[in-house]
Amino acid sequence: MISYIIRRLAIAVPTLVLLVVACFFMLHFAPGGPFTAERPLPPQVLANIEARYGLDQPLWKQLWDYFANIVLHFDFGPSFVYKDRDVNDIIAQGFPISLTYGSLAFLAATLAGTALGIAAAIRHNSWIDYTAVSLGIVAQALPNFIMGPILILTFTLWLGWLPGGGWNGGQWPYLVMPVIALSTSYMGNIARITRSSMLEVLNSNFIRTARAKGLPERTVIWRHALKPTLLPVISYLGPVFVYVLTGSVFVDLYFSTGGLGQAYVSSALTRDYAVLLGVTILYGTLTVLVNLVTDLAYAWFDPKIRY
Amino acid sequence: MTRLTGTLIGALLSSSMLAGAALAAGTHPVTGEPLADDQTFTYRILDEHSSVDPQVVEDVPGSEIVRDLFEGLMNQDEQGNLVPGVAESYDVSDDKLTYTFHLRENAKWSDGNPVTAQDFVFAWQRAANPELASPYQWYIELMSVRNAAEVIAGDVPPEELGVRAVDDRTFEVTLSAPLPYFPQMTTHATTFPAPRKVVEQFGNDWTRPENIVSNGAYVLTEHVPQERSVRERNEMYWDNENTILDKVVALVINDENVALTRYLAGELDRTEVPAGQFPRLKTEYPDEAISFPRLCTYYYTFNLSESGPEAFKDPAVRKALALAVDRDIVATNIKAGGELPAYTFTPEAVAEFTPPETEMGRMTQADRDAKARELMAQAGYGPDNPLSFSLMYNTDQAHEKIAVALSQMWKQKLGVQTELSNMEWKVFLDTRGQQDFDLARGAWCGDYNEASTFLDLLDSGSGYNDGKYSNPEYDKVLEEAKTAEDTTPLYSRAEEIIAEDMPVIPIYHYAGVYMMDSDVGNWPVDNVEQNWYSRNLYKIAE
Repeated sequence: MISYIIRRLAIAVPTLVLLVVACFFMLHFAPGGPFTAERPLPPQVLANIEARYGLDQPLWKQLWDYFANIVLHFDFGPSFVYKDRDVNDIIAQGFPISLTYGSLAFLAATLAGTALGIAAAIRHNSWIDYTAVSLGIVAQALPNFIMGPILILTFTLWLGWLPGGGWNGGQWPYLVMPVIALSTSYMGNIARITRSSMLEVLNSNFIRTARAKGLPERTVIWRHALKPTLLPVISYLGPVFVYVLTGSVFVDLYFSTGGLGQAYVSSALTRDYAVLLGVTILYGTLTVLVNLVTDLAYAWFDPKIRY
Repeated sequence: MTRLTGTLIGALLSSSMLAGAALAAGTHPVTGEPLADDQTFTYRILDEHSSVDPQVVEDVPGSEIVRDLFEGLMNQDEQGNLVPGVAESYDVSDDKLTYTFHLRENAKWSDGNPVTAQDFVFAWQRAANPELASPYQWYIELMSVRNAAEVIAGDVPPEELGVRAVDDRTFEVTLSAPLPYFPQMTTHATTFPAPRKVVEQFGNDWTRPENIVSNGAYVLTEHVPQERSVRERNEMYWDNENTILDKVVALVINDENVALTRYLAGELDRTEVPAGQFPRLKTEYPDEAISFPRLCTYYYTFNLSESGPEAFKDPAVRKALALAVDRDIVATNIKAGGELPAYTFTPEAVAEFTPPETEMGRMTQADRDAKARELMAQAGYGPDNPLSFSLMYNTDQAHEKIAVALSQMWKQKLGVQTELSNMEWKVFLDTRGQQDFDLARGAWCGDYNEASTFLDLLDSGSGYNDGKYSNPEYDKVLEEAKTAEDTTPLYSRAEEIIAEDMPVIPIYHYAGVYMMDSDVGNWPVDNVEQNWYSRNLYKIAE
């Protein structure tokens, strides 16, 4: 198990380097640069700015310096757009915000989704099942960019209960809408997967055996059916965890949370190379780690899997 | 009361108590209006500002903040007229090459130190210094300050720039050529003073709230990137006793519809109105929906370079296309925010110059269409030989609507086939800059309130002349205007040449379209550049 983890982490490093190199060249070959503007800069001014940021160097040298700065100084470079801040500042400010509401949304989606799915499966074809399935479908059909405006109109404009945006250090009134907006569609998916998985498990031979030997239904469900039910859910949850952190650009946009999702997208649009690369590395690392955790969780849930 | 309003009021009460409540709970000294106890102004900005360093800032929201935090030699009043700032007065030498500014004695930095001529010398040298690599370096060159180009090129040290502190209170600027509107240019952020000691002590971090020292009516007290920045009254400001607003909060809200919702929920005092929504809001909120002319022009530019289509080389074709555009439909039905149809390149709102009424402007749309058909036929295009070209714009709903409308007008009236292509902003700029287009969208807002900020764009030597229009007579007229006593006949001639040659199709002149809380007093709607100063605003008691 330990050697497996070490092997996986060792592969992660070249993966990330490849990711950065690919990203670096794609960015530099995209038309327009960080200083392309409605008002083109006079050539001398542009030359001065490029010299300051080292953009006048050959590409291989820029890439080399970029890696060298990360390895030697843990410095991910300057922002070309926000002149008073560098990439380390931007990530240090935005990531905790994304992480906070992202984790809460993940928790909410997982707990509510599995509960709904299990309830529906246990009471198959009852009103509970129908309600849960309808709820799940509605939730699934409401991605965050639809939920955002609906929530703001309802809770801010009509009811006046919640502030329409901002972060304010993450006080709860500012958290409610981002978390709901981000979690609903995932919750719907999780409920659907849990339900069908649970139904399949409940129809399998070992459950029939458990019931036949007279175990109470409660024990059958929680002791025997739950773990295998959750296997497909877990394989879905891994990517979802990364999605809620990376895919939160609409939440950042609608609720002005100041998270990293918005910074990520805007850095691509403004060609803010270092910011985009820095956030890519962060998300790449997260993806690698979460995938590893998911694979390890498999082993715990399914005794047939060994590493 | 929402929690946010509660917090805001709480914060405000404490801040106004700290401020000694100079004028709070009173009446306005001039208008006599009752003033609100809560003198906080909260407004929306689209994007996080680029910087609050006066020599570095390049975006509009950032410049608005800098204009509150720092004060330059001259300011603008509510109409955009020049009024004294740190400089009480200035003299011009007879050859119009030397400007001497006399600084006021009581101008102070927020740490209590006096603002001196050396602070301006430092700031101007800093702005031109290639090491700082400010995106606004060119502004110092545009101001014709002596040696600016050489300093920017790194050929001479910044100390050689044509600025000098004669003594603590006398700042002298030497120009390389006379520039009639030089004093107007000193209201721009790039020219504001910078506190040398603080800049040198903290380097890039000097603009953080905990480090910054500024000389304007406000100091930066809080900055949460991507969320908010807060500026509060500067007790050291020389005219602090006449400042009414205590606190100004800028909230970053990327989505304009969310911003409008938050405005309607009472979280904001000002926000922009999304395109097309003005008529509805004006009916529902007649006191709050406001619209006023801005110093900006929306236009399409023909590619007249080698790579451009052959058809556009014929002025008759360019004129026909310009005539067939029903600008009233664009202004009233698509934008619908009080924009004005444009028949000249320079907006009418510009100071000291009224663009001449062009022949096209006088005609009815029916006449224009008839004339357009005539010109098209004359140029040899018709049903058998239809003109076709591509129209390029950057991805945006409003741009798309206008492009679709215009291509329909051309199709119905002239049988022209237009292929629309939209692209992401940076790709668009790159493509347009390389003359890889037939017809492209363009827009320009004046850098300063003078017609040349528009007319210079079509000079053959201008770096912004993406259509590569070139007419020696036009260039000559502008060259003469640089030093002329009376520029009006020259600028009028320039507009006439544009009307004859039609290198661009002016479509509409922008309007500032806001939702503004009716308790905000003295918003400078007459300042077409929208250079506003928070110290001139106040909140009226409701």
